[in-house]
Amino acid sequence: MKITVDEAKCCGAGQCVLIAPEVFDQRDDDGIVVLLQPEPDEAQHAAVREAAAVCPAAAIDLSEHP
Amino acid sequence: MSVDEQVLSYPIPNDAALEPPAEWARLRDKCPVAHVTLPSGDRATLLTRYQDVKQVLADPRFTRLLNAPDAARLSADEDGGLFSSEMAAIIPDGGEEHQHWRRLVGKWFTAKRMSAMRPQMAQIAEDLIDDMVKRGAPGDLKASLGFPLPVYVICDMLGVPAADRDRFSYWSDTLLNLTRYSKAEVDAAQAEFFQYMSDHLAAKRRQPGEDLLSELIAAGGPEDGGLSEIQILVTGMALLVAGHETTANMIGKMVSMLLADRSRWERLLADPSLIRTAVEETLRFDANAGFGLPRYLKEETEVSGTVLPRGTTVICSMAAANRDESAFDHAEEMDLTRSPNPHLAFGSGSHSCLGQALARTELQVVLEVLLRKLPTLDLAVPVTELERVEGLAVGGLRTVPVRW
Ligand code: HEM
Ligand code: SF4
Repeated sequence: MKITVDEAKCCGAGQCVLIAPEVFDQRDDDGIVVLLQPEPDEAQHAAVREAAAVCPAAAIDLSEHP
Repeated sequence: MSVDEQVLSYPIPNDAALEPPAEWARLRDKCPVAHVTLPSGDRATLLTRYQDVKQVLADPRFTRLLNAPDAARLSADEDGGLFSSEMAAIIPDGGEEHQHWRRLVGKWFTAKRMSAMRPQMAQIAEDLIDDMVKRGAPGDLKASLGFPLPVYVICDMLGVPAADRDRFSYWSDTLLNLTRYSKAEVDAAQAEFFQYMSDHLAAKRRQPGEDLLSELIAAGGPEDGGLSEIQILVTGMALLVAGHETTANMIGKMVSMLLADRSRWERLLADPSLIRTAVEETLRFDANAGFGLPRYLKEETEVSGTVLPRGTTVICSMAAANRDESAFDHAEEMDLTRSPNPHLAFGSGSHSCLGQALARTELQVVLEVLLRKLPTLDLAVPVTELERVEGLAVGGLRTVPVRW
């Protein structure tokens, strides 16, 4: 799984960090998403998919090739 | 007469405190772009489908400029409370300016900061629950816990004394209640609130603290990349109001929904790891979410195949959208494990709720502490006796009588 985030779209809602804190963080100075693990372990995949699905700004993109 | 030709009154009357009105399903199915009459008598267009509501909320052509001369007035008075007040216009509506404001303020509401506040919130919740228990059952969970907790938390973040909370409570009620107060009352309350906040900011300028408002002041004016004085003032007022009624009412509704069918409560007692998804599901399931979000259309646009002329006022019913079968399997059922749960309770797109990490954390902490301290909690009245607060932009219950 490969993750990309769009900082310009991100509205700093923090849903991704609440759901997958090992993969996503937010910058301290403006709350914008920071990608900690662009290619997370298998164990994180379910949480990452959930985060991408609920991001209110549709700022998280996943490409799921094996 | 077909549903199309009928002009529905909005808000749709509904006596059941926790159940959706029957019209929602019909509207989503047959009349996704519906004509409605507002309490002011003005016409608006109601959207109830998930895809439409989600799209419109994130579309910048649908503005929040409800003070435009041809925008529908929401309430019978000239002035439609919060939505069309001058206050609303001071926080930038869109584009880069809005993003700039959002980022300056948003850094205070990150998930990490909210997680760091958890122990503090849990302590407040424990103390409030202890006090309620001391006063004896039945208690009103809304007045004892739901209201005070978010107020303590937001007052602390803004550095304003929680002792003034009765005044904030009145001011925010006058701003959020669309029908209960006269224009004179609303104007007087807004003026007092404005004066209170300017005095508070003047004090912070003299003696800065470590709170959000002090730091917004310290960031300098627009020329230094900060906010203007009036913007800081309105931001403080907006956060106090936003941090007040919304989560407060949601705590009462969340607990009521979970106790309305006590097997839900028992499931959470057996497996507290479901707290997070359970909170999201109560947000989705909340059929008493309030007015919805009004938007004013700057240019002609199409929604669900219907052309909306420029100047249309659209009302997005997130609560109706959250029950849309095409977006949620078994939408009419409360599923405490639902995941993902992309509900629209906090809106969508660049304006989606700035305080959502705070609200979520508060709701999760309250539920966690209640399950731990009062596992025997139950409603003290039949669900049918719960009563809605009328006229509020944010829906709520008058009281939430509980025993334990
Ligand atoms: C359960 C509780 C809450 C609910 C259901 C809720 C709901 C919403 C919704 C639907 C919006 C979108 C408005 C729009 O698109 O025009 C919004 C915006 C906003 N909310 Fe909340 N909210 C809650 C709690 C809070 C809290 C605790 C705060 C912070 C103190 C807060 C601060 C804000 C702010 C500042 C905005 C405006 C954001 C912007 O325009 O960019 N909210 N809220
Ligand atoms: S959930 Fe989306 S909008 Fe919110 S912080 Fe993460 S990427 Fe940004």
